Amino acid sequence: MIQVENVSLKHRSTPILHDISLEIPKGGITALIGPNGAGKSSLLSLIARLQPLQVGKISIEGFPVDTTPNRDLAKIIAILRQDSIVTSRLRVRELVGFGRFPHGRGRLTAEDQAIIDQSLQQFDLTDLADRFIETLSGGQRQRALVAMAFAQGTDYLLLDEPLNNLDMYFARELMRSLRKIADGKGKTVVIVLHDINQAGFYADRIVAMKTGRVVADGAPSELLTPETLHAIFGFEMRVETIDGIPMVVHLR
Amino acid sequence: MRDRRLLCLGAAALVCIAAYMSIGLRGNLGFVLTLRATKLAALIQVSVSIAISTVIFQTVTNNRILTPAIMGLDALYLFGQMLLVFLFGGVGYAALDPQIKFGGEVLLLMGLATSLLLPMLRHRTDMGLMLLAGVIFGVFFRSLQSLLARLVDPNDFAVAQSMSFANFNNVRTDLLIFATILTAIAAVIAWRARHVLDIVALGADSAIGLGVTWTRTVTGLLLLVSALVAVSTALVGPIAFFGLLVVAAAERIVDSRRHAILVPAAALTAVIILVGGQTLFQHGLGNSSTLGVVIEFAGGLAFLILLFLGSRR
Ligand SMILES: Nc1ncnc2c1ncn2[C@@H]1O[C@H](COP(=O)(O)OP(=O)(O)OP(=O)(O)O)[C@@H](O)[C@H]1O
Ligand SMILES: [Mg+2]
Repeated sequence: MIQVENVSLKHRSTPILHDISLEIPKGGITALIGPNGAGKSSLLSLIARLQPLQVGKISIEGFPVDTTPNRDLAKIIAILRQDSIVTSRLRVRELVGFGRFPHGRGRLTAEDQAIIDQSLQQFDLTDLADRFIETLSGGQRQRALVAMAFAQGTDYLLLDEPLNNLDMYFARELMRSLRKIADGKGKTVVIVLHDINQAGFYADRIVAMKTGRVVADGAPSELLTPETLHAIFGFEMRVETIDGIPMVVHLR
Repeated sequence: MRDRRLLCLGAAALVCIAAYMSIGLRGNLGFVLTLRATKLAALIQVSVSIAISTVIFQTVTNNRILTPAIMGLDALYLFGQMLLVFLFGGVGYAALDPQIKFGGEVLLLMGLATSLLLPMLRHRTDMGLMLLAGVIFGVFFRSLQSLLARLVDPNDFAVAQSMSFANFNNVRTDLLIFATILTAIAAVIAWRARHVLDIVALGADSAIGLGVTWTRTVTGLLLLVSALVAVSTALVGPIAFFGLLVVAAAERIVDSRRHAILVPAAALTAVIILVGGQTLFQHGLGNSSTLGVVIEFAGGLAFLILLFLGSRR
């Protein structure tokens, strides 16, 4: 379980997060949605201890993120950032292999190799495995980064807009892979999405943020209503049900 | 493939070393060989320390055109040295045991450099700003050094001034044993950190996500870099662009940024250039004092090329 208690964050004197409390139980997919600048990435980076906690408490499986040794946390939780920079002269296989670092401090066992191969295969990167990262397209690079986070093999996976740059096929593949590890292996996925329909279809729960606060929280069927969506995003949308799937029509 | 290239580099380095030791032997063999071996040991140490410190520094700062020397670390070392002359007086300074003096200078540089650089790294200062800060550091500490030089009396000045120019001919062999130990320890630490360095190269966020304790690791690496800069500056004096040249060349030769390969490759490339160059200039081109100038020129050229190609990352 990820437990966020009364977390606030300021940058200099600008408040970014206001007194957020959130419990994410083990297992399942939680989608984090909300307008640009709502504080989704900030919340995720606090949970993943990428920036120091200012006010409040966060723990994962009971381990407080600010006092648990970083090595140990890296075996429980993996994060994919929204704007990961990648150094050059690094091959796809090497990058994905870095995901295994927390387990062997750089020494790759046969088991590690098997996991790396499987991650490469899962994101259709096997043919690109020996290419340099900087020669990949934006979507291919994004897939390599997601594969690295997968290879880390943690029970908790935080993904900040992993669908960026992905085409429809790979976006669907990624969401299905997440569904599979959540159902089959009991993994916990927290994912920031801007595509509300992806969130509605694949997530078990949607948490909506706006100006540093959680403004809505619930199952997709409860949350995807014209009123709630208007409150979050500030414009009119229609919600249609097609084949039992709630679809938000937001084009007009 | 990469291992083979590394082996080739190793072989080339051995050839350079053999040539350095054997070409043009004359007179009392025992004496000449001892003399050459001592100088060779110093040249190898300078190569290794500059190569390793540059690789680590580039990895920590996440760019390919910064080196400890470009960031003014050697100027800082000379400043520290001058400070000691100033505090103890030329006679007192000269009277100090060279090993103790050197030890003190190393510690001084480690302290000063880490306290200056760490805040910049913590705030993820961008490359342009780092470069600018480096130039300013360099100028600042060089002028502070000359200010101190004017405050001390002329004899003291001569003591410090004699050390502040790169000179591959006039290596400080009296510091050799101490420097050897220091370089060896640093090389072992760097080798053991090779996997962590790969992760540090991904930047703070990814590294933390993968379980690296960022501030502690980066502080340790900066201390290591400072110690290595102190070794090379003490032995031959400041060299600005050599590290840049060596690492850029090594990276292209082995075509990788993995530290398990890049660190040894850079060290070997440095040995080839320095020992090979010294051999060439001593025996082929006649005038060995120009090696420093030529290396700086080539390194400077490499710096400009990298800058224009925009290979900042
Ligand atoms: N380093 C920073 N300095 C100043 N303000 C920041 C910084 N990082 C984030 N902010 C501010 O904090 C707020 C929340 O940012 P955050 O990146 O968490 O938003 P987000 O919900 O992830 O948005 P997006 O959908 O655009 O990714 C924004 O108003 C942003 O301007
Ligand atoms: Mg964001």
